[in-house]
Order: sequence, then C-alpha cells, then structure tokens
Amino acid sequence: MTNIGVYISLLLIFGGLLAILIYSLKGRDVDRRIIFLFVLFSVASAIIFHIEFEESATPIVKKVFEFVENLPPESKILISFDFDPAMKPEVHPMANAFVRHALVKGHKLYLMGLWPQGQALMTETIEYVLKPEFPNAVYGEDYVMLGYKAGNEGVLNVIITDFRKMYSTDAHGTSLDSIPLFDDVKSAKDMDLIFPVGGGKPGPKEWILFVGDPGNVPIAPGLAAVVAPLIYPYYPRQAIGLLGGVKGAAEYESELKKNYKEFENVETPALQMMGPQTMAHIVIMAFIVIGNIGFFRARRRKWQEGN
Amino acid sequence: MRRITLIVTAVVVVLFIISWIIKTNTVPEDGTFRPFIQGFLVTFAAFLTLAIMSFLYRDNPFYKFAEHLYVGVSAAYAMSLGFWTTLVGNLFPRISQNLSDWFGVPFLHYEWHFVIPPILGIILLMRLSPKGGWISRWALAFIVGTTAGLNLPRFLRSDFIEQISSTFLPLLVQWQGVGPFFSNFSLAASGQFIAILTNITIFLGVLCGLIYFFFSKEHKGVFGTASRFGIWVLMVTFGASFGYTVMGRISLLVGRLTFLLKDWLGIIS
Repeated sequence: MTNIGVYISLLLIFGGLLAILIYSLKGRDVDRRIIFLFVLFSVASAIIFHIEFEESATPIVKKVFEFVENLPPESKILISFDFDPAMKPEVHPMANAFVRHALVKGHKLYLMGLWPQGQALMTETIEYVLKPEFPNAVYGEDYVMLGYKAGNEGVLNVIITDFRKMYSTDAHGTSLDSIPLFDDVKSAKDMDLIFPVGGGKPGPKEWILFVGDPGNVPIAPGLAAVVAPLIYPYYPRQAIGLLGGVKGAAEYESELKKNYKEFENVETPALQMMGPQTMAHIVIMAFIVIGNIGFFRARRRKWQEGN
Repeated sequence: MRRITLIVTAVVVVLFIISWIIKTNTVPEDGTFRPFIQGFLVTFAAFLTLAIMSFLYRDNPFYKFAEHLYVGVSAAYAMSLGFWTTLVGNLFPRISQNLSDWFGVPFLHYEWHFVIPPILGIILLMRLSPKGGWISRWALAFIVGTTAGLNLPRFLRSDFIEQISSTFLPLLVQWQGVGPFFSNFSLAASGQFIAILTNITIFLGVLCGLIYFFFSKEHKGVFGTASRFGIWVLMVTFGASFGYTVMGRISLLVGRLTFLLKDWLGIIS
C-alpha cells in the first residue's frame, strides 16, 4: 500500500512537472502558487508514505561525534539553546541527539540559552528526552539547567571569567554554590566542550568569538542551515566540527543509532525529515531547470523576432 | 464588510469548532491539560499554522492576526523572562535584601555599581517622553560604545587574524615524492590527494576572491583570469548558501506539516 502510494505520488509529481515544462515551452508564465503547491505536495507525500533514506556521517559531523566519544567520562559539556520555535524543526533534533550521546557516555551537562524562547525548548528536551530516557540522571549532579539570561555577547563576556557573576542561581532559583556540578566550575573555560545550537544572533558564531577563541575551549556548533555556510570557515581551527541544518542532525542521529543499540528505537525526527527534503529538493531543482529552459527559449524567440 | 469575507470567516469559525470538538474527544491525555483545553490548543495551533501559510496565496486578515499574535506573544515572553532572569536573578540579589526575600532569590552581597544599569535603563525609557527624549541618547551612546569596544578585539582576533592563519596551509600535504603519492593514491575524503586538493582550493579561492575585490588594477590578462575565477568562487559560495537556505525552509515546512498530519489530523502515527 505504501509503495503504491509512493509510486502514485511520484507519477503525479513528475507528470505535473512535465506538463509545466510543456506549458513553459509554449512561452506561458507559471503562477508562483503552482510551485508552492508542488513543493507542498512533494513534502506531504514523503511524510505520509514514510519515504526515508540511509544516512552516513560526513567527516565534519563525525569529528563532533568522535570528540564526544573520546572525552573521558564525567567531562563537562555545556549546551546552549540559542534558538526559538521558528528554528525548532531543524536544530532541536540535533540538541536532543547530542543530549542522548553525552548522557550515555556519562558526561555532565550544563544547559543554558541566550534566546528567551530557548528556555522553553530546553525544558522540552529535559521533560521529553532526558527524564524519560535517563531516569537515573540526577538534577544538580548529572545535569543542570541554568536557563536564559538577557545580554547577548555580554553574557558570554562575563561567563568566560565567572559564571556566578551572571548566574547567581540556576533556572529554578537554587544558588549555584549549592549545586554539586558547580563545585569545580568557575567559568566557561572549565568546560571540556561547548555545543551551541542555533542560527541567529547571538548564536554559535558569538560562542566561537567570545568563548571558544579567547578561552581556548573546544566548540562544536549545531547550526540552522541558513547560517551553516557562514560558520564553515571556522572549521577546523576554531570549531572542532559542525552540524549543518537538518542534514547534520540526521547524520548525528544515524551515527548514534549505529553505535548504540539502546537508541535503535528512539525517535529520529531529523532522519525522517530527509525523505521530504530530498523530494522537495528534486522538485525545486526541476523548477530551476524548467525556469532556465523557458528563459533561454524566450530569449531566442525574441532574438529571432528581432532578425 | 464584504459578503465573501463574512462567508469565509463563518466557514473558518465552524471548521474551528468542529475540529475542537473532535480533538477534545480524540486527543490522548498527557496529564498536563484537560482534554477540552488540549483540544483547543491543538486546534488553535493548527489554525495559526494554516493562517500563516495562507500568505502564500495572498495577504489576508487571518495571516495578519497570526503574525501580530506571534510578535506580541514573543515580545511579552522575552520581556517577562528578562524581568525574572535579569532584574530578579541578577540585580535584586546585589542591591536589596528585602527585594531578594520578596522574590525568593538568595541575597548575595551589596555591589553599589549594580545601581548604574537600572539608571541607564530608565534613561533609555526617556525616549518615550516628548520633551526628555534627548536624555536617552546617553544610554544609547553607552550601549554603542561598550558593544563596539567589546566586539572589536574579538572580531579582530577570530574573524581576521585567525581566519588569515587558517589559510596558511601546506599545498602539498605529507609530501614524500611523486612515487609514494601515486602508489598510495586514494579518493577517500581522508586521503592525501583530497587533502592536497582541499588546501589548494582554499588557497586559490581566497587569493582569487580577494583579487576580484581589488579595483586599483584593471582586470586584464592573468589578473583578469584570477578575478574571473574569484567570481566563480563567490558564485559557488552563494549557491551553497542558497542550497542550505532551501534546506532550512523545507525543514520548517516539514515540521509544520508533520504537526498538521500527526497531531491535528492524526493521519500519520
């Protein structure tokens, strides 16, 4: 049934694209809403009929994974949720996958955010991933939620010298001095790895500029696709690796599933997104080709009319 | 109000109520809200998603409503969180024992200089005053000056010096001669050939990209060829950015469609 659905969808999509190609070859304009409709249909059909593809990690993602693997147990990892619900579908899966990986390796997690909405999404990760999948993880001993602080780069400028000057308490109002995880932590320099997840300002770039470089702390940014090309130049000198968009998240999820049997049945939203992604990209590429054919044909016709 | 507007509004309201009733009876209980509320929340989220998407057809009042609601809620959320995390979390524990006790946060110790930021904040709000608006420029000048001062050394180090250092790469990686190079030839990403190719691409890309922006010499001959290669490098960069942007936008569409098909309509599991 699923296969029949896939074939019918593909037939409709490619049949429609062919019809549009013929339509544009006749020199007629295609309404932009037709393009939206095609993208919508291709994405929806891939979601409904579960079109999925195998993913394998590229070296740039693998380096992040291996870095976490090779850290000694109980290493300190800071995850910064610098995104809002608008970015959630592409970066939240990578944050969740990273939390799973860090906890299964027995590392200590420090969760914070430079975006106000990041705190709600941080809570979501704790409630829907951390607590159900790691019931033995103890708050204050295995993970701590520092929450959001206003101040953008100012926050980073302070925590690179002293956490307590910016965070007198955690997100629940408990003094940092009474949280065991902060017994031997003074500043962000004491972290073994920082994983900033986001794609705006402040975000991973600010973490590299204000903490990674001056504090010599390894940074592994998890990025929204829009900013990924801007952060690539920092690799490998200023960022140990990076996860770019939902593709990076899918690669990390696949690596996690491949290496840990206990995560075989956990939800992998990024991997599931790669099917719709591929379908939508095929449609968009087809429209680019059709648009160019139409453009060059119209130009040739105009040139012939001129002669 | 036009007749068609009334009809569309009535249809949307009826569909909303039907969806609310159906969701109330079918939504799985998670203990957070009662089914009646949970059904409303899912339906309202679906309505807002469709309202935003309706802009792709054309501008309309439902889109405007959703857009304004989003901006308003985001601003209010940021403001309220800012109050609790900055004023209650950072300021009160350093300026007042009573206020710290009132808000239930541990008092640290008096730090007189923490009085300065709220004064600057009040000065900034003077912008709202018709006569005293000019006073806000002092706070604004402080913000601009401090930000520029803090950012300059960071950008100079990370975006200038470190980036230049990153392009100082060996063009022949682990070179032991032509014989060993061909006997160990591999197209693997970690292989010597790809490493050499990568470094040469970075070197030429940076050099030719800079030549393209060098306008003191006419772009002719070898210089012109390098400049044209620079344009190609820039075009490839823009193409990669466009590709990533498409991926990002499609991810958002997948996120919303998954919500509509799974949580709202229940078509997929």
